[in-house]
Amino acid sequence: MIEAKGLTKRYGATVAVDNLSFEVKPGKVTGFLGPNGAGKSTTMRMILGLDTPTAGDVRIDGQRYRDLRQPLTKIGALLDAKWVHPNRSARAHLAWMAASNKLPKDSVDKALEMVGLTSVANKRAGAYSLGMSQRLGIAGALLGDPEILLFDEPVNGLDPEGIVWIRTFMHRLAGEGRTVLVSSHLLSEMALTAEELIVIGRGKLIAQSSTNEFVDRASGTTVKVRSPQLDQLQGILQQQSLVTRIEDVEDQGKVLFVEGEVTTDKIGETAAAEGIVLHELTLQRGSLEAAFMQMTGDSVDYHAHDEIAAVTDVAAVPPVSGVEVAAGPKEDN
Amino acid sequence: MSLITVERIKLFSTRSPWWCMIVAAVLSIGLAALATGFASGPDELRVTPAMTQFGVGLGQMVIMVMAALAVTTEYRFGTIRTSFQAVPQRAALLLNKTIVVATLAAVVGLVASWGSWAIGSLLASGADMKIDTAAEWRLMFGQGLVYGFAAIFAVAVGILIRQSAGAIAILILWPLLVESLLPLIPKIGDDLQKWTPFTNANQFLNGGQDMGLAGADAAGASTALSPWWAMAYFAAWSIGILVIALITASKRDA
Repeated sequence: MIEAKGLTKRYGATVAVDNLSFEVKPGKVTGFLGPNGAGKSTTMRMILGLDTPTAGDVRIDGQRYRDLRQPLTKIGALLDAKWVHPNRSARAHLAWMAASNKLPKDSVDKALEMVGLTSVANKRAGAYSLGMSQRLGIAGALLGDPEILLFDEPVNGLDPEGIVWIRTFMHRLAGEGRTVLVSSHLLSEMALTAEELIVIGRGKLIAQSSTNEFVDRASGTTVKVRSPQLDQLQGILQQQSLVTRIEDVEDQGKVLFVEGEVTTDKIGETAAAEGIVLHELTLQRGSLEAAFMQMTGDSVDYHAHDEIAAVTDVAAVPPVSGVEVAAGPKEDN
Repeated sequence: MSLITVERIKLFSTRSPWWCMIVAAVLSIGLAALATGFASGPDELRVTPAMTQFGVGLGQMVIMVMAALAVTTEYRFGTIRTSFQAVPQRAALLLNKTIVVATLAAVVGLVASWGSWAIGSLLASGADMKIDTAAEWRLMFGQGLVYGFAAIFAVAVGILIRQSAGAIAILILWPLLVESLLPLIPKIGDDLQKWTPFTNANQFLNGGQDMGLAGADAAGASTALSPWWAMAYFAAWSIGILVIALITASKRDA
């Protein structure tokens, strides 16, 4: 469990992180979401004791990071895959890390095996592709078999294969009962990876909830109905004071969308009672993008506004590279 | 002990420290060969053990570069953050790095001094090359001590500056130029120079040495302190800067 209370970081006049309080719940993948420059990396550096907060503090199972004795056995992290000496082999890199926390001798081989780098372990890390560097970074995070894992933008710059690998790996880690905090500015990536969300913008907490709740709360739900008796159904639903609209959807003909406090159960029962034939009855969630836009409001300046579809089908797989939301000054890494 | 292992793995798993150590030794011994090999006839008889040691000072510069790089490359490649993440007790980690680097530097210093002496004795076989005065023993073993503390000095500067080019510039310009140009300042210049660290390290090594053929001036500037006090003074500088560096590194953001 990671617990931040009133976490604040100022660089001169700039406030990078502003009175941020949140909890990372154990045994789940928590997404740490925010546009570039929102203060995600700074927060992660403070969690790891690399940067000292201007005010407030953050504790790992009640302890400050700097007071941990063998931190790698408690919390593993990958903040930047390029933090390796290019002329040092992956094995040597992991070997010194293992020695620093008195980890057993076989931990290096195990970690290499887990990320599939065994065959290139003796090559210099500078010759690695970004995907391989990322794997090496994850091996470093897993070295001490920690219960908590921190990843900062792990899919950034990776090819699709690498992204799928990281995503699968994270689910596996959470499946093993570990706590995972993963930051991203890619909303769709978070929708696939995270159960819980901590959303920040300009260093401030915007929301902390489950991913589903976040989307529901921000953009509500819509039920999609296809039926040969659409007009009749619309009339009945309108009498129940539900907001409805009929649209022409390509390849599907006329489709009825029902919005507001509505469930598929209720519409299905209404239709059955009236003897109306249904061809489709689907619950649609607002996309994470739409929710994000709505929640963050004026705390972000975004430029991708027009391209964002307000509603996407919940059953459809979001695109791999989601909408990027840019805001504020670029984070200095 | 585990932190010593950490720094030993780090240092020996890249190639540049090896090269620096080899270059330091070769430079020292090579210069000793030049300084003694060309002396012939009556000149050869005037070669002394102290004359073989000029190159060792140059090797010391190379070792200081190695020591500074041991820190600054960590900042350059970001491994310092991985290090602090693995060992949040930053001062302890950096102190162990200093110990490893300084010990290695001392060993290289001894290889350089005795290697230079050995080649000198070989090339100027007619001269009296026996190490038989207290000053000569001090010089031969003292190189190890000076290399060690010079490395501590360099590691500390590396921690403070965090950047290779800047740290190396300071470490080379300071002993070679700043300290030797101080006497140009009227009135106080000479006194200032007497209290600079590397001039005192030189006083420890070369104070009271028989420079033979090279002439007494070759011993360089002398200071107000006796050789061993001069050494203590140099060591105090190194440790003082190291303490400042460790406190700074513990407080600032990595």
